[in-house]
Amino acid sequence: MAETRIKQEPFGPGPAQEPLGPEHEPPTEWMELNMGPQHPSTHGVLRVRLKLDGEVVRDADADIGYLHTGFEKSFEDKTYTQGITFSDRMDYLAPPINNVGFVMSVEKLMEIDVPPRAQAIRVMMMELARIASHELWLGTAGLDLGVYSGFFYAWRDRELVLDLNELYSGVRMMTSFTRVGGVAWDLPDGWLEQLQRFINVMPARIDDFESMLTQNPIWRQRLEGVGALSRQDAIETGVTGPMLRGSGVDYDVRKAFPYCGYEQYDFNVPLGSNGDCYDRYRVRVQEMRESLKILQQALDTLPSGPWLTNNRKVALPPRSELSKSMESVIHHFRLVSEGFKGPVGDVYAFVESPRGELGFYLVSDGTNKPYRMKVRPPSFCNLQPLKKLVQGVLLADVIAIMGSMDFILGDVDR
Amino acid sequence: MGELKLRPVPMPTGRAAGPTPLNALGDNLLTTTLDKVINWGRSSAIWPALFGLACCAIEMMGTVGPRHDLSRFGSELFRASPRQADLMIVSGRVSIKMAPVLRQIYDQMPEPKWVIAMGACASSAGMFNNYAIVQSVDKIVPVDIYIPGCPPRPEALIDAVVKLQRKIRGEPLVKHSA
Amino acid sequence: MSASANDLLVERLGTRFKQALTESSDFRGDLSIVLEPSAVVDVARYLKDEEGFDYFLYGTAVDWPARDPRFTVVWEVRSLANKTRVRIKTTAAMPDPHAPSLTAVWPAANWHERETWDLLGITFDGHPDPRRILMPQTWEGHPLRKDYVSFGEPVIFSDQKLEGLEPDAIRG
Repeated sequence: MAETRIKQEPFGPGPAQEPLGPEHEPPTEWMELNMGPQHPSTHGVLRVRLKLDGEVVRDADADIGYLHTGFEKSFEDKTYTQGITFSDRMDYLAPPINNVGFVMSVEKLMEIDVPPRAQAIRVMMMELARIASHELWLGTAGLDLGVYSGFFYAWRDRELVLDLNELYSGVRMMTSFTRVGGVAWDLPDGWLEQLQRFINVMPARIDDFESMLTQNPIWRQRLEGVGALSRQDAIETGVTGPMLRGSGVDYDVRKAFPYCGYEQYDFNVPLGSNGDCYDRYRVRVQEMRESLKILQQALDTLPSGPWLTNNRKVALPPRSELSKSMESVIHHFRLVSEGFKGPVGDVYAFVESPRGELGFYLVSDGTNKPYRMKVRPPSFCNLQPLKKLVQGVLLADVIAIMGSMDFILGDVDR
Repeated sequence: MGELKLRPVPMPTGRAAGPTPLNALGDNLLTTTLDKVINWGRSSAIWPALFGLACCAIEMMGTVGPRHDLSRFGSELFRASPRQADLMIVSGRVSIKMAPVLRQIYDQMPEPKWVIAMGACASSAGMFNNYAIVQSVDKIVPVDIYIPGCPPRPEALIDAVVKLQRKIRGEPLVKHSA
Repeated sequence: MSASANDLLVERLGTRFKQALTESSDFRGDLSIVLEPSAVVDVARYLKDEEGFDYFLYGTAVDWPARDPRFTVVWEVRSLANKTRVRIKTTAAMPDPHAPSLTAVWPAANWHERETWDLLGITFDGHPDPRRILMPQTWEGHPLRKDYVSFGEPVIFSDQKLEGLEPDAIRG
């Protein structure tokens, strides 16, 4: 083959790579490979354009927007309560957490207190969602790397969480269970017993998973040392969640800025040391165990009382009151037909989703609809360092790195 | 000297070719039985293409999962390459950036192929009546079965696959000239 | 995030950057500072290097069509060590709204500013990669602006007609 000196160019107009001197220039041509939007390992419709030098990746450009749904524009058109149903569909692996984040921003804006029982219910649903999300992550990330049976283990456990969701809200996934000022319904009979059975059964199942993977030499070889993100880089690139904690930065919203009563529960935040894919895997598995601890504590200390605030200006009155009080009927009518109005101002409320910090920046202009609801999606921020992480790795490692980032395209694209 | 025909005349195809042996037999016992056998074969092993877009894809994964096992009904595995698949389950909302990709994947699938629009977003854009979402996937590809739900339960997807199988078995192999 | 910590920060900023800080507010515990566009990068660098705001949260903009300047560009950053946040705001006016890019200070701002350009049409000066990120590259218009009609389809029920169209005609 003739020795052709072809100009090796990274994707422009992005930051150019350091120019290689003539003695370093390889006699090969970089190939552009399209990991298209339809791909089993991109976990959704993500397109990554890779520049490959043989099997080694030299540059990557993530092309997102294949699932852009216009959530933020939709939020501007719906009242605060209607928006809750939309918020489910963003991070669709852990919808209860989106619900809580959304109403927390409204509650912060309007300074509404949430009764303790509602907070405990929210915590239980969120931790269940966290376990379900991590299980699915483990199943699909494993599937990418060849762990075909792990997918079925993951779904076996996830179905238990979906059963609990269904018993509570009637829907397996898109629960929409929060309302501004509390939760929509009280726990049904038998839910707590089923939750206790779940908590009893899960540790053994997580052990099953771990025994299959953690000391597995193939798993370790695929993940250890791959996609290492240093502590400094992790902070600079704005990642959150297990990606940040895998690199050793101790930041978990539940501990740093407790919400929904998390300060009363005793749990640890697992940290990694190297910031590679293996550490992130260990962090997530340990987080599942910690979630079980929180669930057990929430179950044991569940307070009784109302599950929705008494503030009739924002929350619907109980149906039993409607036949007795004219005022309740008027409140009900007002809330259902036009919703409630918030003060003028802007707030930022944030929760810890399985991917990281999910934030809602709400700008209100005094009407019954949000003027601007910007979502700070953890997956969008976690996907940014992809370009940096994949430079110089093998193509197969790109799959492992994307798997370990645990992004959800619904969150990335909104 | 007479004209030498050095190149063969191209053979007429389709109906111009005249009755094929199978056509010539018309609609009798042999062809209907052959129809049934081939359609039974096609319907019993429908392999979907991996086309999970959004939330419905998670329920599609649940359908393949151990509790609701879709491979009981013949969909043993999902093929990543559309060239090896015969069913496209559009599971999730189709954004305008994704629409040409969807059409390309559909075109890359070989005949016979079927499309199931899973969920409200694929059937009619669901709750997203806005600039970013294609208002129903049947603007882009022909759809055989629509499944309502947001997301539909795995049992609903299994029901759709079973209905599709019945639809396939009703298709005759030899088309009558009409 | 106590009120006094926010006030002290505003004081320090006020003494250091006299004309740049046009207003500040502490609403529900969130500190927002509104800056002149020309001073944003300097204040940002000061916040990162000397006040310890090392973590970039998000960047976006809000469209107020009735106001002039029309857009308020917002970035929010956090100090992981001090557990405080500050929201930096500036304004951008039509036509052709511009704002300084903060990617040189916080690299994480890269994609957020691309998204703000894509959906709201604000050009960030000094951004290394100003491309559309969520909409197709050939898209025209900026969907999140208030004057951009989020065209959906009118939903026709079977007993209605839309200007002479039969209900099924929508399907084509």
